[in-house]
Amino acid sequence: MNRYIPLNRILFGFIIIFLSYGCKDDKKAVAEKSTDAQKEEVSHKAVDWPEPQSKIEGIAMYEKFEDLEPIFRFDNDTTYVINFWATWCKPCIKELPYFEKIDSIYQDNKVKVVLVSLDFPDQIEKQLVPFVKKNELNSKVVVLLDGKYNDWIDKVSPDWTGAIPATYIYRNEKNKLIGTAFEDVSEIENELKIFL
Amino acid sequence: MRTLFFILAICMFSFGNSEVVPETMKINNGGIKVGDKAPEFNLKNIDGKMYSFDNIMDANGNKPKAYIVVFTCNTCPYAIANEERLIKLHNTYAPKGYPVVAIQPNDPAVQPGDSFQAMKENAEEKGFPFLYLFDDGQEIFPKYGATRTPEIFLVDSNRTLRYHGAIDDSPRDPGNVEEKFLEKAIKAIEDGKQPEPATTKAVGCSIKTN
Repeated sequence: MNRYIPLNRILFGFIIIFLSYGCKDDKKAVAEKSTDAQKEEVSHKAVDWPEPQSKIEGIAMYEKFEDLEPIFRFDNDTTYVINFWATWCKPCIKELPYFEKIDSIYQDNKVKVVLVSLDFPDQIEKQLVPFVKKNELNSKVVVLLDGKYNDWIDKVSPDWTGAIPATYIYRNEKNKLIGTAFEDVSEIENELKIFL
Repeated sequence: MRTLFFILAICMFSFGNSEVVPETMKINNGGIKVGDKAPEFNLKNIDGKMYSFDNIMDANGNKPKAYIVVFTCNTCPYAIANEERLIKLHNTYAPKGYPVVAIQPNDPAVQPGDSFQAMKENAEEKGFPFLYLFDDGQEIFPKYGATRTPEIFLVDSNRTLRYHGAIDDSPRDPGNVEEKFLEKAIKAIEDGKQPEPATTKAVGCSIKTN
């Protein structure tokens, strides 16, 4: 019986190699497609930012996690700092200025901050839009409306319990989920070290 | 595609082990997992009395078949969105042996809206029919590994954790519920089966602590 195991492994290996080539081709095809979507200029190739279902005062709204999921899967030289927050979440609001600072310091160093608001649908126009305007947030703000949380929390990271604030940092395959609030800018910078 | 890749990778490295380890098994926040013993507590209810597993009873004055322990608070929008559901759950299931036991874990020094007095007022205003205990000193929630409000721990009569997670699949919007995780878990215990899923996740407010 044991003699067959290496063969199985080889077979799986081939399947995985085959699939990973498939993945690359998919991404290339997507990258080459010319759409009206906002494009991110990165070192090797342009990567399409997913098109939102709608925009409210310029803020992109995504109905389902799958619609936003490409931003967790970019395969380029940029380190993405994706923070989950909401306007009613006090510790989230407290750490927003630190992310704003990171976004401005690292503009040329291929760090991209994305603030994913989980504000409730009926709070977007009443709370979120005025908040973004009042605080003149420069980081990219998007809204994720998908309320079927159990379906997508693990797709961000199995390490995330669902508590906010939470921050997912990744570059290519390397990633880390930080499930607590940051106390200052240097704490975020420390987390960034392993990515830059 | 990535998921498929991941699954294949797991298959590849788990020869000789017929079961693939579920994603949820990997979570460890220093708390308990399904199958573990639930930590004991002795906490003050809003009526001033102390409650533990030993003296909590169901609606008929009997030992519960299971305790619906829920870490929740006054101030979190997700907790508020689930208050009505908790009231209904208690009214439906406490007579059947499954009382709701709410525990408020936030530190009022950080979140003044969750003081003991505010808990009393909220419970009175909303008409909570269940116990609303205060985790004074914030010693109990870390033992459970609770991180957010609301968060359910369904503990059976042997004080074993049987289900951990959300009440249902739509915490924000009760009108959009398709799957009632907690009620399914209670039914599984009634039928002598293992709840499936035994662990779910939801977005919630991080527990406020110093």
